[in-house]
Amino acid sequence: MNALPCTIYLSFTGALLTLLIGKRSALGARIVALATALLGLEITLSAALSYIPNPHGLTTLVNTPWISQLGIHYYLAVDGISLTLLILTGLATTAGILFSWNIEERVGEFFALYLVLIGGVYGVFMSADVFLFFVFYEIAIVPKYFLVAIWGSKNKEYGAMKLVLYSFVGSSLVLAGLIWTYAASGASSFGLPDLIQASSHLTHIQHIEIFGLIFFGFATLAGLFPLHTWAPTGHVAAPTAASMLLAGVVMKLGAYGCLRVALPLFPQAIDFWQPIIACLAVLGIIYAGLIALIQEDFKYVIGYSSVSHMGFVILGLISCNLKSLSGAVLQMFSHGIIAGLLFAVVGRMVYERTHTRNLNELKTMGLGKRLPFVACVFVIAGLASMGMPAFSGFPAELTILIGTWKVSAVWATAAAVGILISAAFTLRAIQLAFFSEAKSVTSANTHAFAPITLPEKLGSILLIGTTLIIGLKPDLLFNLINPALQSPYFENIIKGVTS
Amino acid sequence: MNHFPILSFTIFVPLLGALALTLLPNLNEKALKQVGLYLSLSTLLFVVLLLRQFDPTQSGYAITEKYAWIPSLKVNFSLGLDGISLLLIGLTALISPLCILTLPKTNTNSRLYILLFLILQSAALGVFLTLDFIPWFLFWELSLVPSYFLIKLWGGSNAAKAAYQFVIYTMGGSAFMLLAFAGIYFKTGTFNFVELTELAKSGGLTLSLASLGHTWTVIVFLGVFIGLAVKVPLYPFHTWLPLAYSEAPTGASIFMTAVMSKMGVYGFIRILWPLFPTLLHRASGFLVWLALAGVVLGAFAAIRQTDIKRMLGYSSINHLSYCLLALFSISSITPESAMGYAPITAAFAGLLLQLFNHGLSAAALFYCVGFIESQLSTRSITEIGGIRKVAPRLAGFSGVALFCSLGLPGLSGFIGEFLIFKGVWGIHPIISTIACLGLFATAYFLLTFWQNVFHGATTENVKSTLKDFTASDVLTLAPITLLMILLGILPSILIQLFNPLIQHWASSLVLP
Repeated sequence: MNALPCTIYLSFTGALLTLLIGKRSALGARIVALATALLGLEITLSAALSYIPNPHGLTTLVNTPWISQLGIHYYLAVDGISLTLLILTGLATTAGILFSWNIEERVGEFFALYLVLIGGVYGVFMSADVFLFFVFYEIAIVPKYFLVAIWGSKNKEYGAMKLVLYSFVGSSLVLAGLIWTYAASGASSFGLPDLIQASSHLTHIQHIEIFGLIFFGFATLAGLFPLHTWAPTGHVAAPTAASMLLAGVVMKLGAYGCLRVALPLFPQAIDFWQPIIACLAVLGIIYAGLIALIQEDFKYVIGYSSVSHMGFVILGLISCNLKSLSGAVLQMFSHGIIAGLLFAVVGRMVYERTHTRNLNELKTMGLGKRLPFVACVFVIAGLASMGMPAFSGFPAELTILIGTWKVSAVWATAAAVGILISAAFTLRAIQLAFFSEAKSVTSANTHAFAPITLPEKLGSILLIGTTLIIGLKPDLLFNLINPALQSPYFENIIKGVTS
Repeated sequence: MNHFPILSFTIFVPLLGALALTLLPNLNEKALKQVGLYLSLSTLLFVVLLLRQFDPTQSGYAITEKYAWIPSLKVNFSLGLDGISLLLIGLTALISPLCILTLPKTNTNSRLYILLFLILQSAALGVFLTLDFIPWFLFWELSLVPSYFLIKLWGGSNAAKAAYQFVIYTMGGSAFMLLAFAGIYFKTGTFNFVELTELAKSGGLTLSLASLGHTWTVIVFLGVFIGLAVKVPLYPFHTWLPLAYSEAPTGASIFMTAVMSKMGVYGFIRILWPLFPTLLHRASGFLVWLALAGVVLGAFAAIRQTDIKRMLGYSSINHLSYCLLALFSISSITPESAMGYAPITAAFAGLLLQLFNHGLSAAALFYCVGFIESQLSTRSITEIGGIRKVAPRLAGFSGVALFCSLGLPGLSGFIGEFLIFKGVWGIHPIISTIACLGLFATAYFLLTFWQNVFHGATTENVKSTLKDFTASDVLTLAPITLLMILLGILPSILIQLFNPLIQHWASSLVLP
């Protein structure tokens, strides 16, 4: 438990080490990066196993004054929700490194930036001081730019710039909101518990205004329609490991911010914003799904599917009851795993071998027969992404649906339509990419593909195993998430709605 | 009650066997087929064991199992067996091995083919045995995956479209069913069919759903309804079927028509009816007409087909619509109508018999047609003729299945249809009269088919390329053909399984 903060320091140390070693030995850098990731995963897993839910909410790990004049503390604390996301980070990092094992260009720098990003993500999920939260949040944003701009593919500069501009606009909204809160409420510190107490003195109008700033700021990163446009472009431009992290973990930072900061601080604003945000979330689910249905570029299909699935997270969050919130957190976890796997197949396992992502070209290659392992992984990932029972997406979407029914049957119905659309575009992608008749196989594309490497297999098995285990036994995570949601920390937002 | 979890074993042996099959080293074709066949036959063994334990006179579920699964959502893995589920797992046990035996000779990936059928078998068994929505839905959706790949990878020239359409239609139905059950759970806090049935009986379910408002109660009902109606399929939700059945490889067509369509009807009996008796009753006045449309239009559409597999597809719509006709007729009865038990029990017994018998005869017919197609590479009724002279064994088996499907007295199909007509006549004489039209049309297209394909002048392709059934084909079809004859003479073998159950059900529908 107390080792958890080490994940942050470990990642930063690992980054430094890979940078140094990477100059001499690419393999060395890879091994250091993998070791760092595995160690982080081990720490989060053992913390989760030994974690006893704290009925008061957050369990403090570190709390020392940092800039005491401003009431800023180095304050790390966790509950079941942060633990869930920490495990996700550990898993996604490990898988991401396995899937970028073959990177040759500036290996040291690549993994160094990658690990800095991870350190920032770990930090965000543990911060209980909003200022610290914000610092880690920014640390996570900067390396994204370089990862995309240097190692990216098609349109990388544009994608990187768009990604970072959106992120910065989002975070400046958040910052403005936080400073406003601090100033207007006269809070004694930036610590979340203090702020929650202090914010109750704000007027109703202020609640509504500041909530709007902070929620939309965070939701930009979570891919809320219509602020989502950075996501597909950024995901597509990014190198595989970065898209896995972007879709898998970075989008969750936004959603986590909404849940950890925006909602508990301004419970009075929920009634006002609920219809608007839920409407946008539902629109996003359906719109992004329909766009995914007509994409020619394989990676765009996955990019838009991420936006669609994150719509479920936002819908669950804004529905604000025990079921919907626990579903939203589970969906964050589940989507992190599944999106990672989908991007790994498309960006790494297929693109590295075919050098095209155009579905019409892939169609002619008969990949189903020539890359059976990849086809199998993609089918499983696709089924999981469609919300098939036995995979983690199912319990998540089901609980969100149940929770949404409590608020509005209309949104629940629209979300169900979204599930159907996601089945349609996933199936279309499976069919086009892997199981089309290879009628026009020309000599140019019959050359043998490089065999699937061991890291690719390990990464696939890790992610598939996780989504299956959680799908068959969702209580492993629900037992972490539910006590956290029932703690006093969230009582203001769930109040009045029975379980 | 013994402690051996026989129901779980029944469900999971084929599935685990399938997984084990992926790990086995490279086996030759023949050994692989044998292993698959034994795994598939295991269900038959379990059915025999269950038959010995099963006491039809016991009310409720004779054998049950229950394990906690997702406590935070109060989801249990609960299984239960009564006469209806026993009948249907019996059917699955008979049909599944047959599907594995249809493994094409020139198959490039036999392992996958067998694996998919074993998964399909487990999924169907799971649907017939689970009593909790979440595991039930898991098996329900699980059945889609292997069917998709069987159609896609082994299907005909238009298989891609057929597979996509099939999955999207069924998934569409499922998405709404999921929505409906999310709503039900939100109001009642349980996914368990038995608990929900109890709630529905006491009026609690209607009461809790009423707080959603009338429109949403109806939408919840429709959600469940559409999910099931697509699967059966009920007219006008049938449009995916002819293409899927005709493009699918023989084994998949057999399984889809003989077992998967029964999953839908089973869902109507096990879920929709007990949970929403009032709403179903109110809708039944309209639904009987839809079922009737399936009977009549299905048969007339079959007349127009020149593709024999499409014809059999429409004939399946026609035959399953009889079942739904019986079901909706019974549910349309008002307790005040002072009707005796007789029409109700007759229609219900006919419905269940028809489920089983249609499974047998349709499976045999698809097997024969698939055999013809694989040899002649055509499915056009106009290009085939005079098979009887060249292939008497094939013609003999086809004939029994065909006349069974037609409802010839003495074969098993007759008694089911007769009881349905008897029952529906007592409830809705007019509808029953119109349904007779369907009966004539069925007779007409099946006889035309028989006439054209098996009699008449022997066409060139038949003469030159068609070979007769080999001993292994005969052995494959012999058990179900014998059953068609046996059950035609002694239908009481089946009826005694569920008779107490339907008596009980009928008495709960009619006021004393």
